[in-house]
This record gives sequence, structure tokens and C-alpha cells, in this order.
Amino acid sequence: MAITLKLNGEIQTLDADPGTPLLWVIRDDLKLTGTKFGCGVAACGACTVHVDGVPVRSCQTYVEDVEGSEITTIEGLNSDIGRAVQTAWAELDVVQCGYCQSGQIMSAVGLLSENAKPSGTDIDDYMNGNACRCATYQRIRAAILRAADLMEA
Amino acid sequence: MTLTTSRRGFLATAAAATGVLAIGISPRGALAKAGDGALNPFVTIAPDGTVTAIIKHFEKGQGTATGLSTLIAEELNMSLDAIKFEFAPSDPAVYNNSLFGPYQGTGGSTAMANSYLQYRTAGAAAREMLLTAAAQRWGVAKSALSLKDGTISGPDQSGDIGEFVADASLLDVPADPALKDPAQFRIIGNPDVHRNDQNSKIDGTAQYAMDLHLENQMVVVIKRSPRMGGSVASFDESGAQGIKGFIQALALPNGAGVAVYADKTWAALQAREAVRVTWDFTAAETRGSDEIRRELLASLDGDAEFDASSESDLSDTLAAIEGAAQVVEETFYFPLLAHAPMEPLTATIEPLADGAVVIHDGAQFPTSNHNVLSQILELPMEKVKVNTMIAGGSFGRRATPSADYQVEVALAFAMTDRTRPVKLVWSREDDITGGYYRPAFAHKVRVGLDDSGKIVGWDHRIAGQSIFKGTFFESVMVHGGIDHASVEGAADTPYDIPGMHFGLTDNKPATTLLWWRSVGHTHTAYVMESMMDIAAKAAGKDAVDFRLEYLSGGTPDQQRLAGVLELVAQKAGWGNVAKGRSQGVAVHKSFGSYVAQVAEISRDENGAVKIEKFTAAVDCGLPVNPNVIKAQIEGGIGYGIGAIMRNEITLTGGETDQFNFPDYEPLRMRDIGAIDTHIIASSEAPTGIGEPGTPPAGPALANAIAVDGPRITSLPMQNEGINFA
Repeated sequence: MAITLKLNGEIQTLDADPGTPLLWVIRDDLKLTGTKFGCGVAACGACTVHVDGVPVRSCQTYVEDVEGSEITTIEGLNSDIGRAVQTAWAELDVVQCGYCQSGQIMSAVGLLSENAKPSGTDIDDYMNGNACRCATYQRIRAAILRAADLMEA
Repeated sequence: MTLTTSRRGFLATAAAATGVLAIGISPRGALAKAGDGALNPFVTIAPDGTVTAIIKHFEKGQGTATGLSTLIAEELNMSLDAIKFEFAPSDPAVYNNSLFGPYQGTGGSTAMANSYLQYRTAGAAAREMLLTAAAQRWGVAKSALSLKDGTISGPDQSGDIGEFVADASLLDVPADPALKDPAQFRIIGNPDVHRNDQNSKIDGTAQYAMDLHLENQMVVVIKRSPRMGGSVASFDESGAQGIKGFIQALALPNGAGVAVYADKTWAALQAREAVRVTWDFTAAETRGSDEIRRELLASLDGDAEFDASSESDLSDTLAAIEGAAQVVEETFYFPLLAHAPMEPLTATIEPLADGAVVIHDGAQFPTSNHNVLSQILELPMEKVKVNTMIAGGSFGRRATPSADYQVEVALAFAMTDRTRPVKLVWSREDDITGGYYRPAFAHKVRVGLDDSGKIVGWDHRIAGQSIFKGTFFESVMVHGGIDHASVEGAADTPYDIPGMHFGLTDNKPATTLLWWRSVGHTHTAYVMESMMDIAAKAAGKDAVDFRLEYLSGGTPDQQRLAGVLELVAQKAGWGNVAKGRSQGVAVHKSFGSYVAQVAEISRDENGAVKIEKFTAAVDCGLPVNPNVIKAQIEGGIGYGIGAIMRNEITLTGGETDQFNFPDYEPLRMRDIGAIDTHIIASSEAPTGIGEPGTPPAGPALANAIAVDGPRITSLPMQNEGINFA
């Protein structure tokens, strides 16, 4: 069926079966590969994108359910919060293998959009669904705090 | 110009015509430049002055691209972000890991130890050649020139290095170029230097093998036997025929599964669900993990199959324990573990116009890729190319001696008409159920102490499944029947303990096995450091002081272990822990590096354990990238304790019981607090850092829990009644 998506500010029309996860449309049809396949069951967060500004797991989001929504992937992240998060990530050398980091960043931006001054516990609770097998957690925590400071400055 | 033969002059001129200065090592092992025959370089400098470090080890997050680039940048006196890096092609004659034999590969935390002098020497040679070329052009003494940030400066002139590349490429390579004086280091050891591979991982542009979308590619997923060792009897793909994008289903010629081809990943995954396979389980494994456990534990009660002690005799040890004032004894069990790197396994084979192929892979063992593709596709080695891409983690999983997933993609490609690229994709379920697990191990240790609390005998029996037997590396790692990886970290302990004896019994594997971040140390460190704590308690001594007693012999290993132990005790405030908190300590040598850790925990009102903090001290020789070293200690601790807290793979009737992250739950952010790492200043040769952070983490945590709680000797801890807050 024909699907029309608004993704990173652009209208995209494509052919996909109902029930196709948004993840695979983003990756295989639109060739935007910053959004990662990690588990396919919404248990790791590597596929996190924003739908109308809210982080969702694209592997468990059917493409037909987000027609008409504003979808943002890591490639389209262009907000002040997004830039602050990415700057903090670089300052603190958060990444190791990096495969989960697009999802981590999309979740972190979601957190700071809701809560400009999160505590350590707020961060742990919000980010707990984003797995990092390299265990970069303490740097992620510090980078979110740093991004909050950058936003305030 | 100092060319010695016209032949070399021709080749050098040809190289110069390309205008690139390229320095590496020739197949004869000598420092060489492009034009000196077969050469793949460690560093290239283009006429525009662009410096590129060629990385012969793959990057799975451990920081090797940063580390090896640092060595080149340092010798060329440039900032790290001013040079580029790319991964080396597969050529074991040139890029072999000298610590592995004639084999190109990454593992055993060897990248820096193996490359430190090679890359510095190549960088130094390039620097000397550029300076010589400038000195000749300007008619000044080379000693009057300096090189900094891509500019050569003399008494009266200065110029960009690019201006001298062509001339430099015509010069002889100095046989033994002077390396930079460590007092002049700008990048090596500098804690403010950032990783050089992070920008593309932050903005989503980094290309992993999973991200490859080649024109006209097919995606293939494999329906594998649910039971280890089963084979395809027959299959029916009619259910997949209606799925849009489904192309075909074919049984792999080795019987291991059915390859399902589609034009996109989701179609392939759906089609696989619809393909029905009848399996032949005649040769399949039928045992479960409970049986493995019983067999391993039972074998500890009899005589060990192999004597892993070269110096001591079991009867002396038994006599010493018999005469001891007190004896402490524990039995330990370690389950199968999966690696679960974030990027599921994947590789793509691309056909080229001339009949050659390229495999695009996060290639940890390029030599294995090269060999299996050459054999399966019946192509000469020069028709097989390996494009090493960054990998989304590995922890050992991408380093299979049998090249398991590369064999799969090669077989899947071979069954096609070889005109379209074939991309193999593993799902997370494939990964968790797919074997190649950290083997299960059991230990039984009896320690005798005299009436002054000194250890007089240590009877240590290990039973488990050998990783190295039957692999390419067997001749290196297995001696006298003993797989060193089964006993490393125990039988070779630097502790100066009298009356130690180690016995090993191999157990037939019930599944495919593989090293897992820190290999044998994953279990030996847990046992050694738990027993040292138990013995210290029995002796009525402080856990740090007790260990230091057995590290006072003055050997370099003992001195360096004592050094990290004393530092971690100081930094963690050992002995002065806040009310409601408990600390546990562990110290261990692995992969040439020395790591001590203190775990600090609290308990909530329900008794659940909260990991508040880890403090670590590390001695890995000269610290090349302190920031990367700290990251690897942080990650090593997290990777280790995540498994120790709650991970196990169990088998029922030869089938894996876990499928995905919900039932193989990774460490989460809430699980772990701060990690504070301290690095020992050292001028010793650099040693490994990818793995050594992992071994002490589990026993440090276990020792902290045992202060006011149970002694956990069977893993994971969650199975033994430990809840984590």
C-alpha cells in the first residue's frame, strides 16, 4: 500500500505492507541507517526515533500508524537540545562501539525536552530502556547533565 | 638521492608518480615504503599533506583506531584530529598480528602491544624522510629543521609537508629511525585527547556492516536448527511465496539450515517465519545445561584429567592441607554466556566485474574471512578482498576461528548466480540462540591455613569445556592436553602461595564455544579472588593486607599487582566506608595488564543490593590514550558484572532457552553508579586494555556482598537469591 510519511521535515511516499515496522522503512526504504536494528522487540532502544517529538521504538511502531505524524531520526536532529546533547557526547567521549548511541541520543533529547534539569535518578529512570553493551552508562549520565548545563548557559 | 639499483629507482619513481609517501613493513618484516615491492602501509601521506593511518586491527569500540592513529600522529608531531584513518585490507603477510602467528586478527587485548613500535617506527621513518627531503631542497642541515602540525620549519624557510612528499618518496627508508623522546610526547599519555571515531557515531552517519545497502542486493536470513547439531531433512517454502519481496529459499549445502532470500530485511524475516523445516536430529545434542552442570561438578570429585601444575606435586598439597590448622573449601559454577554485541552479526558479499568478490564485514579475523571465501567460492586468494568496517561491539563474538557467519554468507552467495550482492543478517534471536557461548566451568578449591593464618596448601580443581581444542590456534594454546585458556589466571597466578596445585578436567562441549571478553579470566579471577577473601576472613586479616602478603616476593608481576592494589585501596577509602555501605576488593593480572577494583554497595529496605560505586586502578604499561583506557575499564566492569548479576544461557534437550534481551537482560543504566578509574604512570611497554577491566569486577562485587551477606559461588547471582535495586 502507498504510505506517506513526514520524516525529517520532508514528505516521503513509499510502498509498504501494513504492519511493516517503521524501523525497516527508515533503514531499507529510505536508507537512513543512523536508526539501528538491535533487538526487534523494543527491549534495547537502538531504534529510537521521535514521533511528534516523543521518543518511540521504531521496531515496534507500524508504519501505517505514523502517517501524518512528524517523524525525526538522528539524521534530522536539528534542535538546540539535540545540538547540546551531541556536543556533550563529544566532550565526554561517550561512545565506544557507537551502535546504540543514535538511540541513546534520541532518548536523551526526549528526556531534556520534558525535563530541562533532570537529576541522576531522573536520568537513570528515563534512560533505563536504552541498552549499551559497551556499558557507557556513566558517561551517558554525565553527558546528559552536561547537556542540561549547556542549555542553561 | 641514494637509490642503489636501477630496478629500485624505477619502482620508486613509479611510486613517486602516484605522489604518495607510504611507509609500512614489507613481507620480509623490514621497514619499507611503496615502491619497495609488496607493501601495505601503516601510514600514507598524500601530496596535499593529508596523513592517513592505516589501522590493521578492527574497531569494535575498544579504541584501536584512536590508539594506532595516536602513534602515527605523535611521531609526525601532529594533533590527532589532523590525521585520518582507514582500515587495512586483508593481507596476513603484512598486517599479521605478531602475537597470533601468521594471522591478521584482533583479540586477546593485543592490538596496542603488537603495534606500538611498528606504528611509531613507521611514523618516525616518514618524518625523517620528509625532513631529509626538505634539507636537501633547501641546502641546509637536517638538524636545523623541525616538523610540527604539518609544517617543516628551517632557519629561513618553512613549507607544508605535502610539498616534500614526492621527494621523500624517492629516498631510502631509514632502517632504524629515531623514535620521539617520550619527554616530548604531545598526544601519547595526554588525558585531554578525544577519540577520533566518535563524530560519525554521534550524528548517525557511521557505517556499520549492518548499514550497507548495495545496489540490487539480496538480504538473506538463515533458518537454523533449533537444536545444536541438527540438519535439514526437508523444507517447504510455499508459505513464503505470498510475501512481497521474497525471492527464494535454499537449503545450505552443509545442512545447517535454510537460507531465505528477499529483497529487504523485513521481507526476509517474515518469509523465514513462513518457511517450514523438518529437522534431522540424529546427530543433534540432546543434553541440557542441568546435565552439563552435573557432569562438571561430578568431575571435580575425582582425580583431574590433567595436572596443570608444572612445579608442585598434588600429594604435597594434600599433605599440607591435611596438616593445616583450618581448611576453607568452596565449589563454584559458571554458566554458558552469550556475547550479545549491540550490532547483530552481518556480512555482505559483493561480486566485482572481474570475478573477484569483496566481503564487507566488521572483520575481527580478516585472515579467516579470506580463507573461507577462497575455499567456498573456489577463488584464488587475490580474488577475495576484505573490507573491514567498524563493528558494533564484539566481546569475542566476531572472532570465530571457524568463521561461522562468514561461511554462511559465502554458502548463501555461492548458491546464487553470483551477480547480486548478498547480505546476511542475524536477528537478536539468532544471536542469543546461535551458540558460540562462553563455556560453562566449575571449580573446587580447598585452602589450608596454619595457626598464624598463613596459607600452607591450595588444592584447585577446574572442570570445563576447552575453547581452543580443534581450532586453528590449538598448537599455540594447548600443551600437554591443557588448554591454557581453561586455567589462565589461576595456574599462573603471581601470588606467592606455597603448596598450590591445579588440576584440569575437560568436558565434552554440548554447544559451540567461544572466548568471551577476557576468556579464561572470566571464571578464574572470580574463583581466585573469592578464595583470597574467604582465606583472609578465616585468617582474621584485612583483605588488602592479606593479598599484599602474597605479593611481596619482588617479582615484576607482584610489584605491579601490589601497586594497583595499594592505589585502589587509597583512592576508594578502603577501610573507611560510610555507614550502610560495604566494600569488596579484587586484583588480577590479565593480558599483561594489572587491575585492582573496589566495589562499594548498599542495600535498600528490602535487602536488594545497589552498586553505588566502583573504584579501579590499572597498570597497563605506558598509557597511550588515558581517556580510552578509562573507558575500557568502565565498560569492562559493566560488561562483567551485567553477566555476573543476571545472565546465563541454559539448554533444554540441546535447545537454548533464551531468545532475546527480555530473557537475556543486559546491564542497564540503573544497575551501576559511578566508576572512578586511576591509571599508574609507567614507562613499561603498553599492554592490553580491552579485556583486563572485566575479570576483577565480579569478585569485587561478590566480596562486597559477602561482607554482610551470602558468599555467592554459583552464577548468576540473581539465581542465588541476590536481588539488585
